[in-house]
Amino acid sequence: MADTRTITVTVNGRVCSREVETRLTLADFLRHELNLTGTHVGCEHGVCGACTVLVGGVSARACLMLAVQCDGREVATVESLADGDELNPLQQAFRDNHGLQCGFCTPGILMTLTEFLRDHPDPGEAEVRDVLSGNLCRCTGYQAIVAATLDAAKRMRGGA
Amino acid sequence: MKPAPFVYHDPRTVAEACDLLATRENARVLAGGQSLMPMMNFRYAMPDHLIDLNRVDELAYLRCEGEVLRVGAMTRQRDLEFSPEVGKRCPVLREALSHVGHRQTRNRGTLGGSLCHLDPSAELVNVAALLGGTLHVVSKGGARDIPFAEFAVAYMTTSLQPDELLAGATLPLPARGRGHAFAEFARRHGDFAIVACSALIGLDRDGRIADAAVALSGLGHAPVRPASIERALRGEKPGAAAFKAAAAEAGGFDAVADAYVTAAYRRHLARVLVYRALEQASMRALEAGNG
Repeated sequence: MADTRTITVTVNGRVCSREVETRLTLADFLRHELNLTGTHVGCEHGVCGACTVLVGGVSARACLMLAVQCDGREVATVESLADGDELNPLQQAFRDNHGLQCGFCTPGILMTLTEFLRDHPDPGEAEVRDVLSGNLCRCTGYQAIVAATLDAAKRMRGGA
Repeated sequence: MKPAPFVYHDPRTVAEACDLLATRENARVLAGGQSLMPMMNFRYAMPDHLIDLNRVDELAYLRCEGEVLRVGAMTRQRDLEFSPEVGKRCPVLREALSHVGHRQTRNRGTLGGSLCHLDPSAELVNVAALLGGTLHVVSKGGARDIPFAEFAVAYMTTSLQPDELLAGATLPLPARGRGHAFAEFARRHGDFAIVACSALIGLDRDGRIADAAVALSGLGHAPVRPASIERALRGEKPGAAAFKAAAAEAGGFDAVADAYVTAAYRRHLARVLVYRALEQASMRALEAGNG
């Protein structure tokens, strides 16, 4: 009855094959099929940005993509950032600058910034604020997130 | 899992997609998914068949050819935004794109999706009206062109037939030396505008306005090209007097009201934004002439 397909998606470098309903969103695929619960689901209509992941290296709302659309593609989630217990420079900068409080929006913000800092290694504050417009945070007031991002960029350029 | 059940189709060619559209009942076409997917998640839209165009490679292209820009319906907004040719030949389009959603939504969102969704104050809809583009539509029965001015028939309703598919658009590029502007007011950056105004201004040798194009959106179900304003600007010296007259005219247009924004406030915004757009476009036209 249900429309299903078998898909193969490379998630964080791991090849995953599953039979899924075609109406399954990428966000639910990551969380419920692969148990990668780091990707958070907030509004489920593309506004809050909590579910942001990289698809083919480009940021996208995982709630607005279907899992079947990722068949044969590469997806990176927040789980790809740390090396075991060791945070990557972006995560470490968030920790050091208090760039998060409750942490719900953080995975989406980290993935947005992973793409952004890859393409803009030396951003200005205005550019950081512009790219953050796609992620809602109700705790921090963004100030600490901006500071963390600029600090992360500096560390990643080797200026720490 | 939010969308209601549907049968998923991912055709590889336009012909396959048209065949599916012609033969499936209650089918919807999925482009970048930044509007239809939320509607499906909310179950405002419950298609029985979803025809996903994301693997139809022939619908994604972007070419500057002479005086026109040819854009495939599935060309991503990010590709328009990052195209050096668009930045050079059609900067008003790039400027408008900076207001379209956010980095993550422009990465997926497409030109065709935005035009067909036809939100009354969508930035790409506004710019298509400003440039006066032609839409290329295909169906199993053939192909036809629709002037953009005839595309909107009602609120968020296009003149596409149920078996038709938007394949691409041809957008006339602004002539060289035209100054451009895109001004909008939205409650937050990235939201749909409440009112938006774009403008192209060309100056003659005496520094008077030789031609003016203005597209104003947010007042009704589709953007308008106010002929009275465009005509009145011709031959005028660009300056406060001409801009004020144009703004006053815009402030007198009919406007819709909704639960959040009154008609009077929309008219106020129209007045302010027309002034700002004309001022900036004229300044840029002057700079282009001097440069």
